[in-house]
Amino acid sequence: MSTPTTHTDEFIKGLWRDNPVFIQVLGMCPALAVSNTAMNALTMGLATSFVLLMSGLSVSALARFIPREARIVCYICIIASFVTTVDYAIMAISLELHKSLGAFISLIVVNCLILGRSEAFASKNSMGRAAADALGMGVGFTAALLSIGMVREILGAGTLFNVELFPEGYQTWTVMVLPSGGFFAMAVWLLVVNAIKQRQETAARLKEEAS
Amino acid sequence: MTAPAVETRPATSVWSMYRAIVGIGLACALLIVAVFQGTADRIRQNQAEALKKALAEVLPQATSVLAVVDDGGSLVPREGADLPVFLGYDENGRLIGAAITGIGMGYQDNIRVLYAYSFAEEAITGFKVLESKETPGLGDKIEVEPHFVANFEALDVRLNPDGSALANALVTVGEGEKQSPWELDGITGATITSVAIGDILNGSAQQWVPLLNRYRDQYAMRPEAPPASEEGS
Repeated sequence: MSTPTTHTDEFIKGLWRDNPVFIQVLGMCPALAVSNTAMNALTMGLATSFVLLMSGLSVSALARFIPREARIVCYICIIASFVTTVDYAIMAISLELHKSLGAFISLIVVNCLILGRSEAFASKNSMGRAAADALGMGVGFTAALLSIGMVREILGAGTLFNVELFPEGYQTWTVMVLPSGGFFAMAVWLLVVNAIKQRQETAARLKEEAS
Repeated sequence: MTAPAVETRPATSVWSMYRAIVGIGLACALLIVAVFQGTADRIRQNQAEALKKALAEVLPQATSVLAVVDDGGSLVPREGADLPVFLGYDENGRLIGAAITGIGMGYQDNIRVLYAYSFAEEAITGFKVLESKETPGLGDKIEVEPHFVANFEALDVRLNPDGSALANALVTVGEGEKQSPWELDGITGATITSVAIGDILNGSAQQWVPLLNRYRDQYAMRPEAPPASEEGS
């Protein structure tokens, strides 16, 4: 596996190769809990991306001033502050949206993806690389949540972003908007992603053997 | 055999630890206060709009409302209460009911609700969750589960003979076990939240229903020159 060298590589790795949900299987709690509609999934993805980006930049900028022994408390303090700002921002945008996301906005603080990227990447790299990594991971996380949320909303409610997709009489799969539907949708997407990855690896191996 | 070399790290000074933790803590506090100040007006506006919409849903027959507070056992018109209560008047200015705000601890955090009290039916006839952080898909069923929502078609809150308290305390029972009109049919899988709603309504109704009935005649007709608290719903 080659080591990423450019900012573009740092950004792209989060989209597919190291996708936080489908490959690293991080942040499963919000990924399954609030992906019952595409709008909830998109909002949660964007909120998490913002916190990832801002905390990554802050941790990278302050890394020299944070002693190793105090790093976790400092990272959590930084992350919690940005989560609080997101919480207020969503309340200012729409109370309905805030209510539908429940406690999961506050729980972004303990999303292992954010603390993991702060500790493993942002604290050891420049602000530029930290921003590229956070943006890539954020976009990958949002895309994964959105793909789960779209499947669940289409099957479970017959709508997409609240737009009716099917004629009257469509029998909705209510189970898909319930918590168990999150597991079903996640399992199907993991099957698809793993099948594609295996196919890519096989093709790469055959190409290597041929050359 | 030689002992493995142990890497020694220079000890971190207490000052640098304090500097990092206190400095970052202060910066974070400033950030939160700044964002709070910047969004407070907009959030208040959203809350007022949500309250207005909820009032229209729980008291659909009311064409105007009057905000009142419990001032040491007296019912007086006043706006700005933390838990506002509104008297609802029809188009002829007759008192038809009240919309009461209640609050209590749910599974995750406080739940704030608005419910309608009908003088004619002596029952709670409408219910709306104003604020909740209950688990999506579980606790938030209190707003959508048909059999739970059906509790609020006519939830009995008759007063006892001397009018000092409810004749029967509101209580949440297990799903499908409702026997009496003052019981709330609970939700399996959201037990704590549905029981919390029963407790919130009981606590609030025990305070407000006797008080509203004591002042029912005084506020039977909409005041001629209502204070600035009047608003369309």
